[in-house]
Amino acid sequence: MKHTDFDVVVIGGGHAGAEAAQAAWRMGAKTALVTHSFDKIGEMSCNPAIGGLGKGHLVREIDALDGVMGRVADQAGIQFRLLNRRKGPAVQGPRTQADRALYRSAMQIEFRDRHGLEVIESEVMDFVMSGDTVQGVVLADGSSVSTRAVILTTGTFLRGVIHIGDVAKPGGRMGDKPSVALADRIDSFGLPLGRLKTGTPPRLDGRTINWEGLEMQEADEDPSLFSFLSKKAGAQQIACGITHTNTRTHEIIEKNLEKSAMYGGHIDGVGPRYCPSIEDKVVRFGEKESHQVFLEPEGLNDPTIYPNGISTSLPVDVQEKYVTSIVGLENVKILQPGYAIEYDYVDPRALDSTLQVRDVPRLFLAGQINGTTGYEEAAAQGLVAGLNAARLARDGEPVSFSRSESYIGVMIDDLTTRGVTEPYRMFTSRAEYRLSLRADNADQRLTPRGVELGCVSEHREQNFDIKMNALRDAQEILTSHNATPNQAAKAGIKVNQDGARRNGLEFLAFKDVTLQTLKGLWPDLPEFEEHIGQQVQNDAMYANYIQRQNADVKALQRDENLKIPREFEFIGLPGLSNELQKKLVATKPETLGQASRIDGMTPAALTLLLGRIKQFNAAKSA
Amino acid sequence: MSDTIFALASARGKAGVSVFRISGTDAFMMAAKLCGSLPDGRGLRMLRAGDVVLDQALVLTFQDGASFTGEPVVEFQCHGSPAVAASVSEALSASGARLADPGEFTRRALENERLDLSQVEGLSDLIEAETEAQRKQAFALMDGGLTEKVDRWRSDLIRAAALIEATIDFADEDVPVDVTPEVSSLIAGVSSDLVAEIAGSFVAERVREGFEVAIIGPPNIGKSTLLNALAGRQAAITSEIAGTTRDVIEVRMDLEGIPVTVLDTAGLRNTDDTIEALGVELARNRAEGADLRIFLTADGQTGGFGVEAQPDDLVLLGKADNGGGVSGKTGAGLDQMISHVTRVLGDRVALTQSAVRQRHRLAMEAAIGYIAAAEGLMELDGDSELVAMELNTALHAMNSIIGRVGVEDLLDEIFASFCLGK
Repeated sequence: MKHTDFDVVVIGGGHAGAEAAQAAWRMGAKTALVTHSFDKIGEMSCNPAIGGLGKGHLVREIDALDGVMGRVADQAGIQFRLLNRRKGPAVQGPRTQADRALYRSAMQIEFRDRHGLEVIESEVMDFVMSGDTVQGVVLADGSSVSTRAVILTTGTFLRGVIHIGDVAKPGGRMGDKPSVALADRIDSFGLPLGRLKTGTPPRLDGRTINWEGLEMQEADEDPSLFSFLSKKAGAQQIACGITHTNTRTHEIIEKNLEKSAMYGGHIDGVGPRYCPSIEDKVVRFGEKESHQVFLEPEGLNDPTIYPNGISTSLPVDVQEKYVTSIVGLENVKILQPGYAIEYDYVDPRALDSTLQVRDVPRLFLAGQINGTTGYEEAAAQGLVAGLNAARLARDGEPVSFSRSESYIGVMIDDLTTRGVTEPYRMFTSRAEYRLSLRADNADQRLTPRGVELGCVSEHREQNFDIKMNALRDAQEILTSHNATPNQAAKAGIKVNQDGARRNGLEFLAFKDVTLQTLKGLWPDLPEFEEHIGQQVQNDAMYANYIQRQNADVKALQRDENLKIPREFEFIGLPGLSNELQKKLVATKPETLGQASRIDGMTPAALTLLLGRIKQFNAAKSA
Repeated sequence: MSDTIFALASARGKAGVSVFRISGTDAFMMAAKLCGSLPDGRGLRMLRAGDVVLDQALVLTFQDGASFTGEPVVEFQCHGSPAVAASVSEALSASGARLADPGEFTRRALENERLDLSQVEGLSDLIEAETEAQRKQAFALMDGGLTEKVDRWRSDLIRAAALIEATIDFADEDVPVDVTPEVSSLIAGVSSDLVAEIAGSFVAERVREGFEVAIIGPPNIGKSTLLNALAGRQAAITSEIAGTTRDVIEVRMDLEGIPVTVLDTAGLRNTDDTIEALGVELARNRAEGADLRIFLTADGQTGGFGVEAQPDDLVLLGKADNGGGVSGKTGAGLDQMISHVTRVLGDRVALTQSAVRQRHRLAMEAAIGYIAAAEGLMELDGDSELVAMELNTALHAMNSIIGRVGVEDLLDEIFASFCLGK
């Protein structure tokens, strides 16, 4: 093997870049992270919060593979809340408000004194190419670094433009300069691009907010942490405030709509529907007289408040007017005005399921550049790209994640087979196997996978084994206890009087039956550790439904196992509509399962495709 | 190399001819095990299973690339008897061919480009239909009212699922906390529509196969005479001797465009005659299963018949040669009786809905089951992710009728309905 300076070079120190570099390094790859400034690694440039619904699932999965985001967030979290606490465990999502400074410093610790993991403070000006293949990067000082794989995680840098009212200036995020030179190189690859936008609210000075009388939302008393290894929250817990816009706020916004960058015709990019600007909310939901605004502190020792819910691209003076019309914010001082940012993204259908650019070998893309939004989505992609870049550097097999196994798999599959039309965010409803892909069992789903891949530390592996043994013991004990419906009824458990004996796990599948209830039935039942008991109950509660899902999972796996050869030509297939042919070419599905999820695909077209693939394989082997 | 499949290509049951189709790489070899030498093109052959002669059949051969499926195909045109069909089936299985899955011939035709996609577009989800005839009929259906209805149910179910999903995925935001009333009313609406559609689909089947109208009553009240009058011929033997009719006699007729089978039955009475007792038992069973019953009575009372009169049934005085009832002998009251029957059955025909196939009915029945499960969970204040799963499964059942639904449909509905983004 030819000597190179590094196995993997990661460009960009955001959430995708950090997780990518860490993953590649854990896999044993000699890794370099190139970023403008070490001090900005782990910066939260938007809302300082980690987790949420679907997103919390992603963080747990990253952690299960020994990634860093979860444990860093546990250090920096200042308002842990388990969302959907009253709903079932499958749709509960851990979330926390994070102290930006604590998050940065905890993340930066992960990059200090790591043998084989280097941070290069520079800018990447260009790639070193050999034909179509990327072989290295050229740094700002003109020197070049050779590598076996490059992961590009530069967020909104491709033609990023910041808008405040009718003022527009190029830039990735406030205060960062856009990397123009590299953008030209990316253009030369001829990748399909699209344009998106996103917005931020004005940042407020919390010392000028009248907190008196505002509704406050406290942190959970018993915080649900992200990492399976964390024992307690690293920082003090605080509350967030809640206020509301009112009819006067909406009047001010309506009157000034044409001054908004988005409504004044300055922005073409598509914004996310789940995170509309306050202008959008007022226009699209005109009948609503009020919208809620969360006042989220950016840190324990930082007066900055992030008013979640009022992102905007109105001019500064209008921002001041509408913000001060809100209860509690009458005298507020704006520390930094809100702005909208427009940027190019690479259509992720140009990537394979390892996030490698299909037509540019050894180049991986991860994060916002792929059309996603959110730290968690970025980090999860970074992880996938990092694992695969490390694998590729050692000529190993690619690592892919299935929809039936993880939210990571759902996201990568959504991106690479369906593409995006708005900034992609994770929701639990995207996961068709949601009942089995839970935040609580992310370790059971992925840690063994990580151990096998070699990206999991011994410490985590041991912890996991201990937990699994305890879990198995508990399940065995419960399976070995059984009772008739009659006996159960006496203990207050309502079941059909069908005469069938049921064991402990089967009783737990009933609503309202807990380990505590079973204690009444079998007083000899031992006391399980709390987290083990909880896990047993979560697993048991969905057991019947998951069994039902398993038939679907099998069908999915059958289709996923049917690989479409790389050389297979989609163009010119008789019987397929032109539109469908184009979509197939753009997506280049790797399996029949992926092909089936392409928008507009019909069962008949799929059957035809299957026939052609079989013919193709038969011709090849003949 | 494809494995060799076979199926009865014509309808089951008695017919002039029944056609077996055998397709696959080894079709010739396997067919030859039954018919000895294969004709080039077509020829008459004896079909045998070992030494046993099964039937004489017209055998047709189609070379590789020159058949409906694009594979070597052999057709046996046998005599249309269920017994022959069963024995040929068995012999083909023994020869190593496999009974085809539903739609497998069409699927092979697709794979081998004997049909192009434009020919099957629009019925894409019907690849599983069992026969060519079904395929045609379903295609016509797809074009019509059923798609429209399914679209409406689907959008109601999507709306219901989206409401639930909104409370799950946007728990922290400005979404209504209690969506149960709207969800309940949406899914109850779909469910009752489906029930009506399914009822209609049974009627549609009747339209295809004919309604049954049973004439029942005590012995010697003129049932057979009435049947003969209706049939316009001597279909049943009549005599003065009570208990003449033992078996059920069926006469098919066209009543103003409605296909009707009239059943004449044994007179209902207690008897020591074993044969007659069996006839009475049979009469009661058939009468109960019929779509409509005409009770011929001596006094207008049906008590003691052992068959209950249903709301639309006719209760008439029999042998009313001079009016006041019905008489097959004089024809008195016959017109009124016929017009009653055609009106009742005509009203039922009007209930026919768009769904006529069993496949549709099964999908709709499945959807009703999942909706009921969702309703049950909501009543017990069950977990919303489980309600969502039931609704999504119901949606999938709907989809199996017309197409597919992705999560994007749900998200579209959520984003169109709620102002999100806290």
